[in-house]
Amino acid sequence: MTFADILAILPQQLVFGITLGTAYGLIAIGYTMVYGVLFMINFAHGDVFMIGAYVGWALLGMLFASHVVPMHPMIVLPLLLVGAMVMTGAIGLLLERLAYRPLYQRGATRLGPLISAVGASIFLQNAVMLIAGAREKVYMTYSVFPRTWRFAVAGINVSVLVIVIASIALLMMLGLHWLVQRTWLGRSIRAVAEDREMAAVMGIDVWRVVALTFCIGSALGGAAGVLIGFYYTQINFYMGYAAGLKAFTAAVLGGIGNVRGAMLGGLILGIVESLAVTFINPAFKDVIAFVVLILVLMFRPGGILGEALPDWKRV
Amino acid sequence: MPLLQIENLMAYYGPIRALNDISLTIEDGEIVCLLGGNASGKSTTMKTILGIVRPASGSVRFGGERIDRLPTQAIVMRGISLVPEARRLFGRMTVRENLALGAYARRHAPAAEADADYDRIFSLFPRVKERLDQYAGTLSGGEQQMVAIGRALMARPRLLLMDEPSMGLAPVFVDQVFDIIRAINQQGTTILVVEQNAAVALSIAHRGYVLRNGRVVHTDTAAALLASDEIRRAYLGDEE
Ligand SMILES: Nc1ncnc2c1ncn2[C@@H]1O[C@H](COP(=O)(O)OP(=O)(O)O)[C@@H](O)[C@H]1O
Ligand SMILES: [Mg+2]
Repeated sequence: MTFADILAILPQQLVFGITLGTAYGLIAIGYTMVYGVLFMINFAHGDVFMIGAYVGWALLGMLFASHVVPMHPMIVLPLLLVGAMVMTGAIGLLLERLAYRPLYQRGATRLGPLISAVGASIFLQNAVMLIAGAREKVYMTYSVFPRTWRFAVAGINVSVLVIVIASIALLMMLGLHWLVQRTWLGRSIRAVAEDREMAAVMGIDVWRVVALTFCIGSALGGAAGVLIGFYYTQINFYMGYAAGLKAFTAAVLGGIGNVRGAMLGGLILGIVESLAVTFINPAFKDVIAFVVLILVLMFRPGGILGEALPDWKRV
Repeated sequence: MPLLQIENLMAYYGPIRALNDISLTIEDGEIVCLLGGNASGKSTTMKTILGIVRPASGSVRFGGERIDRLPTQAIVMRGISLVPEARRLFGRMTVRENLALGAYARRHAPAAEADADYDRIFSLFPRVKERLDQYAGTLSGGEQQMVAIGRALMARPRLLLMDEPSMGLAPVFVDQVFDIIRAINQQGTTILVVEQNAAVALSIAHRGYVLRNGRVVHTDTAAALLASDEIRRAYLGDEE
């Protein structure tokens, strides 16, 4: 591959990387927010993302078959996103209530909730497999975004789908950023993350904030599931494992507990992955995240935007 | 009816007994001072009032209502605020956000009331106004204490709990803090204050309790405690 070849495909790969990266960032937010308030890694989060993809798939199939609405992105996408987010938001609430809160309120060690999370992950995967079947599902992406919807900018071939995915993910991140920085709920989330006891002394209902944090993080993960479904067009019940691992890496890369870090980490990981797939070896696709994770943990365990964590907050 | 009435309170940290049969009352409008050496249970008493530590037995009544089984946020909503030991501001938030969080219990109150509360804080602590957009973690100890007191006042508490408000402060700030405590009290807030600095605390308090090993070993008016030989020896630095 000559230097000219590399220059020629680099911009194209950057576009893919950014698209993928915004979706990783959206999932990573769920890991980082939950870590912020509970100091645990919610290993079931990747499966919540997977369920978002399945809800989107099911709704898309229903819309396509019933002809009640035209298959236009402006109509179809909001319906799918809202449906997936409501469902995954509710699952997030249930997970917190059934799988984690009882452990914390009985004074669990740090290991207990992690094991519970792995159990919840296995449960969700198998539930989806039993309900929807083990075979891959196909997103009818091209019924909503026709293959001809693409254009060239400065020699880069861009599809409308890619632009829409990246824009929705970015808008959601901006919305979340606004929520965290400007609303009472956001202030409460930050207060609980920084000093739970003092948050309660301010009059904040700490467990309600924890539950809402799960709900928001899960809903964003569910939305990412729909976006990734459209992007890859194929989904399966174990897709949450790899995606979850990548998003977790993104969260650690950005600095676990830091919402802006999760967005940044997602973008970087998406770009690195796209470039590595093109310029090194496509077989490395799912290995890149592991490599990045190990490198971050070795050389900058606090992540890019993370601060040095006090001992009691370390994973 | 006393504003706060604690009866026969027992509290534990695991197997460690921190409070052993504590009873105390605070009347509306008083400044009551809690004295005692390290680890005598002063902070635990405050945490138990707020429901951060759950009593094993005994009762806490606020305005006649039992609050010892309520969650912390519900107790705070009834009008008890805390200026915690070592201040514990939200260091990654601005001073403005810290004050806003202090008003969390009153977040649905009209904006005009919140504005009046901010003005009250600024008139007590003009320095705080200059620091509004600074991260609380970057303030000096004295400034942090002002914000911590301001944050607690934003909730318009009927009872203000202050845990060692002069700890770690330069002497000029110590006097200032006690002037402020008196001013806040004269504006109508009842105060329970924990202090190592017994002489200064008793000089502004109406009454005092002395704790040792989680028990109340003395209680009297501030003047009588100041005059007592035993108290002088134990807590006012007079040598035995
Ligand atoms: N979080 C805790 N865990 C275990 N023991 C504690 C904790 N906090 C305080 N204690 C113990 O409870 C007793 C009373 O402590 P505390 O109320 O903090 O005393 P004071 O404020 O008078 O110095 C001490 O023996 C202390 O070691
Ligand atoms: Mg103490």
